Amino acid sequence: MLNLNDLEDSKMAKRESSFINMVATLVLVTGIAAAVLGFVYDFTKGPIEVAKLKAQTEAIKTVLPEFDELGETMVLSPGEGQDSLEFFPAYKNGELIGTAIKTYTKSGFSGFISIMAGIDKDGNFSGYSVLEHAETPGLGSKMGVWFSNPEKPNQYVIGKNPETTNFTVSKDGGDIDAITASTISSRAFLDALNRAYSTYKNNKTTGDSGQ
Amino acid sequence: MNQWKNFSKGFLKENPVFVLLLGMCPTLGVTSSAINGLGMGLATTFVLLMSNIVVSLVKNAIPEKVRIPSFIVIIAAFVTVVQLLMQAFVPALYKSLGLFIPLIVVNCIVLGRAEAFASKNNVGSSAVDGLGIGLGFTFALVLLGSIREILGSGKLFNITIYPENYVTLVFVLAPGAFIVLGYLIALINRMKKN
Repeated sequence: MLNLNDLEDSKMAKRESSFINMVATLVLVTGIAAAVLGFVYDFTKGPIEVAKLKAQTEAIKTVLPEFDELGETMVLSPGEGQDSLEFFPAYKNGELIGTAIKTYTKSGFSGFISIMAGIDKDGNFSGYSVLEHAETPGLGSKMGVWFSNPEKPNQYVIGKNPETTNFTVSKDGGDIDAITASTISSRAFLDALNRAYSTYKNNKTTGDSGQ
Repeated sequence: MNQWKNFSKGFLKENPVFVLLLGMCPTLGVTSSAINGLGMGLATTFVLLMSNIVVSLVKNAIPEKVRIPSFIVIIAAFVTVVQLLMQAFVPALYKSLGLFIPLIVVNCIVLGRAEAFASKNNVGSSAVDGLGIGLGFTFALVLLGSIREILGSGKLFNITIYPENYVTLVFVLAPGAFIVLGYLIALINRMKKN
């Protein structure tokens, strides 16, 4: 299998493990690795930004299809000690048609879930798009279509308002049917929507409305 | 050494998943669909190929006692390169593999090949070895992912094959990974005996 000569050659030529040699090798190896990574990072920085922005704009298009212009992004905290949400006010012909909210939950079956949720100017959910999740494929991952199926009114969240509809799963006494065999993912999904809505409402009542 | 044998050993004789049983964490974790298996396999193949080449080039310049940390740095650098490139040019795949990409660093297959093969062989053989083992790994992940996707969600590469009402959900979940892997290993052992 192995050529014995090759093996001996490499053994012979190997640098001695003296202190200086070892330090010099490690410094050199890490230095070169850092330089290469710095170069690649610089090279991919632009495309990564573009890809992220594109994904974000596409998500906003799904939740508020009619918008033609985005207002200034606002960063609002849902409460003391919680990570902030991003608000993207969407305009059509200069008129506010709704707000896209990048919301999140940490209570998914596999932890963090990020969702873009649209709230129209009447306070109803106009749509959502799951940006990031690690839920089980075939189960929790179905949240992308499950809650936007107009043929199943009990699991449909679009056009509903948390003021009039109880945004918890029916198992917990709410009005929304959970994904079959994925109650935890469904709870997490609704948690993210509720977080978006309550922050949206808080922002409205504190007098920042119209922005 | 016969390069074709060197290359093809990764598929059956020394398949990292079915025979060597290395890299089980990404194997069981990502293969819930065929496309995830393919993406993970190809990312690992790239890292294996590049790290094998570099390790075999620098093998004589690295003192024996610091070879493992040096290899790890080389491997980690290539993994980060893959991660950045995927994030920039295939964001959808990056999104679905996300967590598993950085884990390639600690994938025993990559360090195993660097230590057991590339540090003892010339550049050509090491490149062929890396490519062979990497594609063998990819082959195993795609096979596993396809079977699980067909049985568990009625699809293959996201194309529906039969209606969702007849799927056996357990196959996309963790236990399904173990069941399918177990049967595949049994099958391959049977084939190798003949």
